[in-house]
Amino acid sequence: MKQNIQLPEGSVGKQTTTLNLGPTHPATHGVFQNILEMDGERIVDAIPTVGFIHRAFEKIAERRAYYQITPLTDRLNYCSSPINNMGWHMTVEKLIGAELPKRVEYLRIIIMELARIADHLVCNSVIGVDTGAFTGFVYVFEFREKIYEIFEEICGSRLTTNIGRIGGFERNFTEIAFQKINQFLKDFPKAMKEFENLFNRNRIFMDRTMGVGGIDAERALNYGFTGPNLRATGIDYDVRVAHPYSGYQDLEFTVPIGTTGDVYDRFLVRNEEIWQSLSMIRQCLEKIKDHDPAIFHADIPAFYLPEKQDVYTKMEALIYHFKIIMGETEIPVGEVYHSVEGANGELGFYLISDGGRAPYRLHFRRPCFIYYQAYPEIIKGSMLSDAVVTMSSLNLIAGELDA
Amino acid sequence: MNNEEIKQQLSTKFGNAVSMFEEPYGLLTFTCETDSNLKVLNFMHDELGFHFLNDLTAIHYPEQKDKELAVVYLFQNIRTGQRVRMKVFVPISKPDVYTATGVYATANWLEREAYDFFGVNFVGHPNLIRIMNVEEMDYHPLRKEYALEDQSRTDKDDDMFGR
Repeated sequence: MKQNIQLPEGSVGKQTTTLNLGPTHPATHGVFQNILEMDGERIVDAIPTVGFIHRAFEKIAERRAYYQITPLTDRLNYCSSPINNMGWHMTVEKLIGAELPKRVEYLRIIIMELARIADHLVCNSVIGVDTGAFTGFVYVFEFREKIYEIFEEICGSRLTTNIGRIGGFERNFTEIAFQKINQFLKDFPKAMKEFENLFNRNRIFMDRTMGVGGIDAERALNYGFTGPNLRATGIDYDVRVAHPYSGYQDLEFTVPIGTTGDVYDRFLVRNEEIWQSLSMIRQCLEKIKDHDPAIFHADIPAFYLPEKQDVYTKMEALIYHFKIIMGETEIPVGEVYHSVEGANGELGFYLISDGGRAPYRLHFRRPCFIYYQAYPEIIKGSMLSDAVVTMSSLNLIAGELDA
Repeated sequence: MNNEEIKQQLSTKFGNAVSMFEEPYGLLTFTCETDSNLKVLNFMHDELGFHFLNDLTAIHYPEQKDKELAVVYLFQNIRTGQRVRMKVFVPISKPDVYTATGVYATANWLEREAYDFFGVNFVGHPNLIRIMNVEEMDYHPLRKEYALEDQSRTDKDDDMFGR
């Protein structure tokens, strides 16, 4: 069956134009194809096509041992890989019933919130680029780079981080890592204020984004919107509050919401979330002072890889190392769903274990795959240039969309 | 409303059509008869306030005779944050399930995905075509009979692409 919009019989009388937007188009920031039916500059209908970079992660995961699935999650929403990584670790920890020390949970929050800031910066500054304001993009991308340097200090990589392990972190945070985090907390608010001053009350930007790409709360809920896109419509659903994980219940933060669910509200919600994330990182840095600074993983030797020098010198460490690497650890049989608040919505992991070395079935609930189906409805009747802004404001990530 | 109350309401309303109630990791899970899934979906949405379909996917259990495919729904009540999981089992020879698209718009692409990978036929779906794979594909790749490639095979040339 062909997806393309077919010309009707005797198409001489056809009033509309078919336009292919994508799959590789500079305005779509990723591999997205939309076959648009245009009446002049207005969009009459749209058919999105997905699956261009489908890599069958769910199938691949059915052969991989649990610790080997983390790199797959990196490649879902690659703008905030650490959230995906830790979401996966927490899913497995929920399955095996592991309790984590408080310090590890707070360290995870620090990393996840930094990742959220990086993701929101990309999304919001790109909304600026799509409306013709390149300057804000340049202001904040310097700080996205700083966040990546923090990740690099902690885990050695930047974009696809593979950060942490089941049960904690692969190594403790260094002194330099904390210095970099503190420096970021000191410098970033200034740039963020500048960014907000550039956009928030900017007449041109407001005219360009207000009332564009709006969706009401009921439709958004019916379409399964989550994350900032849902909150921009006025529903205060946040997984960190509704189903707290990793110690978010210990922190003080507010969930910003919008009212109209348009591009402008999404932009403002994300900006406010960045401030909330900064406050959460500060709280966590304060809270970890009460805990032993040497703790960076849970005491679950059957799942957490032992230190390499112990493997060479201690019998138990060698046995556990062998068992974990060969996938011979005892995994309970069970079904578990765990979700985290990803940068663009609720990222869920539905894991079914039959006790084998690999999951029996693993399903990723990818937020942008679910809400992208509302895109044709949102852009119907709007201008082509508004459709471009709407797409970037939805924070669609091709890697997550296609899994 | 806690899990016990939801279980009571569902059992009174649907009797034997809903069964196998359990609570793995605190999440109420039950199985629904294939024919009544749409009634239960409507009841969940309209009466119990589960306006949000978190997730929909399928699972393949090749060893379960006449119950090879399971369609799994995960509902959420957005006000209370409560989640409920529902399973519908269908035989692989006749994998027909009523579509949830009329109740939840979320289900549209998720059902297309379940069709694409498992071949579940969602009766009444407005546009049941493949979503990730190419349209010419004539099998459903996430079924268990399609094993992943043998990692130890040596008949392929590794010089260009490291294996």
